[in-house]
Amino acid sequence: MKKVVILGAGTGGTIMAARLQRRLDRRRWSITLVDENPTHYYQPGFLFIPFGLYREKDVVRRKADLIPKGVEFKLAGIEKIEAGQNRVQLAGGETLAYDVLVIATGAKTAPAENPGLLGDGWRRNIFDFYTPEGALGLHQALQQWRGGELVVHITEMPIKCPVAPLEFSFLADWWLTRRGVRAPTHITYVTPLAGAFTRQNCSTVLGYLLDRKKITMIPDFNLERVDPDARKLVSYEGREVPYDLLVTVPTNMGDPVIARSGLGDELNFVPTDRHTLQSLARPNIFVVGDATDVPMSKAGSVAHFQAEILTENLLRYIHGRELTPGYDGHANCFIETGYQRAVLIDFNYEVEPVRGKFPLPVLGPLSLLQESRLNHWGKLAFKWIYWNLLLKARPLPGIGARMSRAGKDLGSLACAPQAESES
Amino acid sequence: MPEKTLAGVTVEVDDQGYLTQPRLWTRELARELAREEGIQELTVPHWQVIEFMRRDWEEKGASPNLRRISKLSGIGTKELYALFPGGPGKKAAKIAGVPKPQGCV
Repeated sequence: MKKVVILGAGTGGTIMAARLQRRLDRRRWSITLVDENPTHYYQPGFLFIPFGLYREKDVVRRKADLIPKGVEFKLAGIEKIEAGQNRVQLAGGETLAYDVLVIATGAKTAPAENPGLLGDGWRRNIFDFYTPEGALGLHQALQQWRGGELVVHITEMPIKCPVAPLEFSFLADWWLTRRGVRAPTHITYVTPLAGAFTRQNCSTVLGYLLDRKKITMIPDFNLERVDPDARKLVSYEGREVPYDLLVTVPTNMGDPVIARSGLGDELNFVPTDRHTLQSLARPNIFVVGDATDVPMSKAGSVAHFQAEILTENLLRYIHGRELTPGYDGHANCFIETGYQRAVLIDFNYEVEPVRGKFPLPVLGPLSLLQESRLNHWGKLAFKWIYWNLLLKARPLPGIGARMSRAGKDLGSLACAPQAESES
Repeated sequence: MPEKTLAGVTVEVDDQGYLTQPRLWTRELARELAREEGIQELTVPHWQVIEFMRRDWEEKGASPNLRRISKLSGIGTKELYALFPGGPGKKAAKIAGVPKPQGCV
């Protein structure tokens, strides 16, 4: 019996298990999925928790209930990947040998990387919303908010879901207005990027929305440290931003097991072929989702699209055929803009987010790069799609792994340089 | 592609001023490129960073980002900002004649 081992039962790992369960010859191949955490989080839902739109129960499921039948699920920490010996050491001493390994260990916030963040202010007047604890704590803090300097901040790129901090700012503007405390609140958006988003077209549209909502943007801000006593952010160049409530996205890193195994870059992301999704280190190791170093947003949609290509390539690999360079960088995401509206973007390595209709040309019904109510309802409906279709790798009508150019107004494509982070 | 004459030689640069052919880089070119970036004199720590950028680009086929430079060049982030004010990752890459670091998305 040959063995596929998948490390990580988040979005990418769970989808891979579902796909491989259907596609591999199960008389010859076993599939084992390993994760140390019993709970699966619907991470896009964390954004809604601070505003009371979702509660914790909306974003959690037991991992064991999401694993397809026929896949062995091991609840265990991963000590080390021994790529040279084709085996994985688990916490507790067990060793798992593999013929093919899929790394889906994701990315997580690493606040210890940012001096001052874990000091006296942490979870008192400094919160993240990328963890359940942070999002729930922020919900409490916002209940008591009466006004002052609200700073929304990105430490360094890349981060998971690079639009989430913008969405947080837009939702905060809406929520504080509804609560009658927007007037005494100054909202500042602090980013290491040169603009509101990593892609120029989108940056222009979102920058305009920040203006319209009277949110001040401070671009090109590279954090040296947080000073929790003086309540300010200090940049390497000596610029300072004062806050009363800091909502920050700490440095995001790949899992420490990647570093322990000597398979990562300086942020523990795994060097990966951006089109085939094979690791650069070993031909029998593939990588999916946030764990890769591919130059594309870290997002569930990316993991979902990659899983389709990766499954194809994994099958080609075991049959000794040439891999397909099929992953084109396809990503899409809803961007909540407050007041029951959202923007939808769909893009890849080459094509910037543009206007148009999605998923069907002309008919849509969703609009690209424009605010609409329907996009907002699409975002809310996505939670159901995630649990019921996406994680089970069931087809999403009209949405393929490769980005479709149909329905996109590519004439509106500006060839402006991409806004970039210094880091 | 635009061209530029620096240190007596004509080189091709992209629309943001990065050398399109890193192999044509010389130390003399680096001094000229640095002046264009407002750095009048390249000191020992400047060269330490530039040489790291060249070496890492040769080995990895890509320009290192700021985190990688600070971790591996022996010069910390704070000092990098002092040496290359306004954007050490991009400026050091330009002066070292390697491509602009891949943007994070």
